[in-house]
Amino acid sequence: MSAVPIWLIVLIKAIVVLFVVITTFAYSMLAERKVMGWMQLRPGPNRVGPWGMLQPAADAVKMMFKEDLTPETADPLIYRLAPFISLITAMGTFAIIPFSANADGTLWSVGNVNAGILLIFAITSIGVYGISLAGWASGSKFPLLGSVRSTAQMISYELAMTMSVIGVLILAGSTALGDIVGAQYRLWFVVPQIVGFVIYIITAVAETNRAPFDLVEAETELVGGFHTEYSGLRFGLFFIAEYLNMITVSCLATLLFLGGWNGPFGLASYGLLGLVWFVIKAGCFLFFYIWLRSTLPRFRYDRLMNFGWKVLLPVATLNLILTAVAVAIRPA
Amino acid sequence: MSEETNGHRKNLFNVGAIVRGLTTTFSYMFKKKPTVEYPSVRKQHAPRFHGLHELRRYADGKERCIGCELCAIACPANAITVIGAENAPEDRRSPGERYAARYEIDELRCIFCGLCEEACPTDAIVLTPRFEMADYRRGALIYAKDRLLVPPEAGVGTPPDERPNGIPADLGGVYRRKDTVSIDEGYEATHRGRILKEFRRGLPLQPTQDIT
Repeated sequence: MSAVPIWLIVLIKAIVVLFVVITTFAYSMLAERKVMGWMQLRPGPNRVGPWGMLQPAADAVKMMFKEDLTPETADPLIYRLAPFISLITAMGTFAIIPFSANADGTLWSVGNVNAGILLIFAITSIGVYGISLAGWASGSKFPLLGSVRSTAQMISYELAMTMSVIGVLILAGSTALGDIVGAQYRLWFVVPQIVGFVIYIITAVAETNRAPFDLVEAETELVGGFHTEYSGLRFGLFFIAEYLNMITVSCLATLLFLGGWNGPFGLASYGLLGLVWFVIKAGCFLFFYIWLRSTLPRFRYDRLMNFGWKVLLPVATLNLILTAVAVAIRPA
Repeated sequence: MSEETNGHRKNLFNVGAIVRGLTTTFSYMFKKKPTVEYPSVRKQHAPRFHGLHELRRYADGKERCIGCELCAIACPANAITVIGAENAPEDRRSPGERYAARYEIDELRCIFCGLCEEACPTDAIVLTPRFEMADYRRGALIYAKDRLLVPPEAGVGTPPDERPNGIPADLGGVYRRKDTVSIDEGYEATHRGRILKEFRRGLPLQPTQDIT
């Protein structure tokens, strides 16, 4: 083992994770179209391959062969760069997320970072730049409106989201994702942090610009929002980034509130079994996303802001204070 | 927001409604889907569906069409072109004096209203439930006699007397409307216009190939 240089191990891990994550993206997209179809009494895509299983491949080929347009009014460099900012930040988080662990505590992740949760929030915050720069550089009004909305929305919801997560950090007494999962060995944090969990779910939907908080790309008002002018592969990159963010947020919910790779009721699980638990939990969360999208209509923008600042943030702060007091009173 | 009424605020926190919505969508997931997966599964059409036209024959194989042009006159879309000709004594196409030397329908213009069917005194033109006639070329959608006329072995039918609704009497209105259209003016762009102009100029009449 020691003969293999560390960079090679990391490289292999990174490639494997990337491959798995992109595949997950492709099939979560298919799952979304399928599930939404079922909920709307349609069969969903079922023409390409058995049960529509090759639909993602067909979509990818279509995206690649579409013309890549740049509007005359656009700022060419930033316009071309913005999708990559979105995608790279979306992919970056998967370097830190542990998917399972060995019995000796070794995490199944590309890199084990002490302040993992902080780093993930730092990386996802940069993702806003992708969207706002895309809207700004497109040089037309709808993308600009979309990107302004996204900036406002993401900033105001990120606050509440971080607040809801700090409660978990206080309970776990650590910012390393492995330790947070380890602390949920007996009791998932969803029980003591139920308020935080609810706030996390709401803000996570808003963070990833998904319905009912998809004001950034509100089709009825803003054509396509920030990606109105994008086409072809560059549009595809935004698309991938959106779904990767969804997966990230689902993984985080699993790690922070649903016990990560631990089984329910104190059932210890490691290795592959842990991975199965992790995938099931994250998958349920992804399903919830799709479910929510096919159920709820879009929020009005001012209500979204009101809700974020006047409800979520105070409640999250209150929850944080109560958690802190409870932890301080109870001897460790 | 301060100007918002209490009703609005209540809506924002209406968790019950959200839960109800979620249960509804979840239960719909397992319902039977009404989708008919068309190319592989075909639905039975109503027998009187207005689809592709057909020119019928009598039981003895003679064409019903007598080339009277009533269908062309009734047609609100000017999709039908009929050019009649006298039956030759040695080769009688129809029981009457005349028959349709050319009978062409521009299916791209046709609105499938069925007025031709109602106008026809001999029940020669009918709309069938066939509807799949898509093609890559526009010209291919101009159906001439070779594709409209049923093969003699397939076409036997009832005489016009047995038609339950009889023959519509009020054709005058339709006729007058046709008069307002000058063949020479905006009419030329259509297939029918071109044929008629050709015909008026005295060019030789070339009957479209038919299968008999």
